[in-house]
Amino acid sequence: MAHSTAKNLSLQGIGASPGIAVGKAYLFEREDVDVIEKRFIRPEEIGAEINRFKQAVKKAQEHLREIIRDVPEEYRDHVYILDSHMMLLKDKMIYDGTIEQIRRKNLNAERALKVAVDKVKAIFRKMPEGYFRDRGSDIVHASKLILENLLGTGPSKISDIDKRVIIVAHDLSPAETTQIQLEKVKAFVTDRGSHTSHTGIMARSLAIPAVLGLADATQLIQTDDLMIVDGSAGTVIVNPNEQTLTQYHDRKERLEEHQAKVTRTSHLPAETTDGHRLTVTANIELLEEVVAVMDHGGDGIGLYRTEFLYLNRPALPSEQDLFDNYRDLAEIMGARQVTIRTLDIGGDKFAASVPWGEEMNPALGLRAIRFCLQSPEIFKAQLRAILRAAYFGNIRIMFPMISQVEEIIQAKQMLREAAASLDKAGLPFEGDIQIGAMIEVPSAVFMADVLAKEVDFFSIGTNDLIQYSLAIDRVNKHVAQLYQPLHPAVLRMIHRVVQAAKTAKIQVALCGEMAGDLINVPVLLGLELDAISMNPISIPGVKNLVRALSFEESKQLVHAALKQATTSGVLELIQEAYGKSFETAPFFQASGE
Amino acid sequence: MKPTPNSKLSRSVTIPNELGLHARAAAKIVPLAEQARSRVFIIKDGQEADATSILDMMGLYCPCGTEVTVRITDPADIKILNRIARLIEVGFGES
Repeated sequence: MAHSTAKNLSLQGIGASPGIAVGKAYLFEREDVDVIEKRFIRPEEIGAEINRFKQAVKKAQEHLREIIRDVPEEYRDHVYILDSHMMLLKDKMIYDGTIEQIRRKNLNAERALKVAVDKVKAIFRKMPEGYFRDRGSDIVHASKLILENLLGTGPSKISDIDKRVIIVAHDLSPAETTQIQLEKVKAFVTDRGSHTSHTGIMARSLAIPAVLGLADATQLIQTDDLMIVDGSAGTVIVNPNEQTLTQYHDRKERLEEHQAKVTRTSHLPAETTDGHRLTVTANIELLEEVVAVMDHGGDGIGLYRTEFLYLNRPALPSEQDLFDNYRDLAEIMGARQVTIRTLDIGGDKFAASVPWGEEMNPALGLRAIRFCLQSPEIFKAQLRAILRAAYFGNIRIMFPMISQVEEIIQAKQMLREAAASLDKAGLPFEGDIQIGAMIEVPSAVFMADVLAKEVDFFSIGTNDLIQYSLAIDRVNKHVAQLYQPLHPAVLRMIHRVVQAAKTAKIQVALCGEMAGDLINVPVLLGLELDAISMNPISIPGVKNLVRALSFEESKQLVHAALKQATTSGVLELIQEAYGKSFETAPFFQASGE
Repeated sequence: MKPTPNSKLSRSVTIPNELGLHARAAAKIVPLAEQARSRVFIIKDGQEADATSILDMMGLYCPCGTEVTVRITDPADIKILNRIARLIEVGFGES
């Protein structure tokens, strides 16, 4: 038997497409273009070697042509990628380049191809912008089609799969993903890739669960291994035991039933049985996620994390790059409100573009507003971009990790300077923009009454607030069970912030994972928050639940919960009030930050 | 190296589409350039790329707003020059 020895092995990756699948693994293997034998051929063999290469290209073209012909209707939009691969196969830089390597350097065709491809890849790697640089992968995928024919391994026939399986692969190229017959795939699992990779985007658009970026799934999983893929939580379980299996079967069933029910009503407002309306918004970090926000009935964007544009690139984004991005977001959302959080990372993250030292204790170090105030050039560019984009939509701005009122005052001063500089430059912008403070440091909770005088709204960032107030690093397995969103201390802090906001007559929202977890919803409702913001896919479930709750009852629940001594005390209250139906709730929660 | 504006063998155009001279756009130039009798180049800042190679053109790195010059080497290819320049001017038919 070729089964993995691992029993009930749990792997954590990136949940790129939600849903649950249980099935047999199908390990999709391919030759890695980087391990290529280097051989020198004799001068009299050159002609034959060149011919062998040309034949391989021809076969690759035929193969690709077949793929294009057979592309199923639902993938027709993606065919252009394959069309350009078709041209890449005969592109001079690869085709003539390889022949030249064979002829001049007496290299075997495989190695000659690699040299030619590496040269092209080097050019792309030097490019500054994401889109162009990413195209380097197209060259790799196209050249693999030739290589497979040279090596005689033939194309990996993903379309030959004859039973419903979970595809486990190192990485999947667009050509491969489009060949997969949907009805045969239960889920995707890959070593590489992220939320934004082609496989992730495609899996989401087709509603097939996917967990990507598992690093070594192809090493740990073998064909025919039984596995569970939880694309919502980003978890993969290999060879689960009976108990785990039963558990997931039940959850899957309940999830599907539940989802079918709630998505039908996701566009209705989250209004309680007694007529109180809670605003339910989305946390996103990519422009592309806006589609999911709309589909899931988000009332707006409560948290736009802006770090993505700064990471994984050699230079800082320009003001124009940022503006284009924010403006797109504002225009797509139209009248619906978008809350942009200014940069929330530390200097250590800018490996390439900002020379800051390594942090001993990053959570307590130079990050977020602290970093921005010390890097006025970086901060101003972002502030200007936000003000300019605000001209095109309903944008408000939020400063993260505020721990003292001076930070707000300074940030506002810089925002005024940014507005003045835009005015001077004659660029259109909206200067009258709502300003908010993120409440995620315990000192800000206790000084909320003071902070409230300086801002138009609060947003309570519970992920960090829980971490800082309970002194728990939830990534640390040994203490993760102590990370308890319903800890009475956490509830009392939220309550305190809400009261400060109400006294000052400013808006107060909560954004953090706890907002997307159904079991917390009655308490959050009863805490009298104006809005809660969460992962887009959690929105329908949360709205649906709010519509079944009474605002008055939830306020009474909170009144009692604030007096509890322990988290389990709070949980018991919730179960007393609403029954055991919340047992499965954590499951509906979306994965990671 | 800069061609004279009224040179019969070359035309300067600005890339107007959002994605610039990306793979799909370059792929539209290739079949036109392949019909030419002689070689066709896309030039940016004096750097020449073969208009029959997607990769060579993408290697120039021309995002939106870049000015490029299309150059032919045989006056008989003037129609192809005009077609390629027109294709670029209309943003390769993209928004």
